[in-house]
Amino acid sequence: MQISTQDSGAIAVVAVSGRVDSSTAPGLEDALKQLVDAEKTQIVLDLLDVEYMSSAGLRAMVSTLKSVKRVNGDLRIANPSPRVEEVLRLAGLTSIFAIYRSRDEAVGSF
Amino acid sequence: MTRTLTIPGRYDRLAQACKFVAAAASAAGLDDSESNHCQLAVDEACTNIIEHGYGGEDLGEIRLTCDVAAGELTITIQDAARPFDPQSVPEPDLSAPLDEMRIGGLGLFFMRQVMDAVEFRHQGGGNTLTLIKRTNNRPPSP
Repeated sequence: MQISTQDSGAIAVVAVSGRVDSSTAPGLEDALKQLVDAEKTQIVLDLLDVEYMSSAGLRAMVSTLKSVKRVNGDLRIANPSPRVEEVLRLAGLTSIFAIYRSRDEAVGSF
Repeated sequence: MTRTLTIPGRYDRLAQACKFVAAAASAAGLDDSESNHCQLAVDEACTNIIEHGYGGEDLGEIRLTCDVAAGELTITIQDAARPFDPQSVPEPDLSAPLDEMRIGGLGLFFMRQVMDAVEFRHQGGGNTLTLIKRTNNRPPSP
């Protein structure tokens, strides 16, 4: 799994690629936690290149969402593949996360 | 046809387990979505074995067996961990407000959602989990 982070104005865009499973999800959670600790609480998670996600990845995302929501921030999702979107749907999380078809849409939604 | 893979109980072996299952799913004639379901179920099962069964990484092995039949894949996952009672795992509460949301138990929940059969047994000093996936696709006409 690779993570790259860039700023789009006040929004932190986190692009993830590869597999997000129990082996790699802690790394994702750490990267997101670092942003929250740095008070970057408006986050777009770009999942375009995520080829696989298990419940471990969902846990990292929900944990971060809880943290940012407490300080009036948000974690929004861009570009989930059908496979990742299905996992989100199975977990009932498509109503919890705002999901956008493109990074620009997600950034612009803030 | 039966294929077997034994992996150490480590999270960095989950990708190998998924690849093994994907190949078997393809041989059984399952489509990509059905194969993805099998991979997810196996990933979640192995994660649970490592985390809850063995109590951590490098504490035991996991043996995966795939029985390939036309249009049906049977996956058996065996461990040498403490007895697992699936009834003891509460369902995740996905309808709760965000702050109260519990997503523990999501792995088992996923397995039951995506597989056609999920059966747990404790025998021979370990647990045996049997997962079955049947294709919804009709084979091509001869």
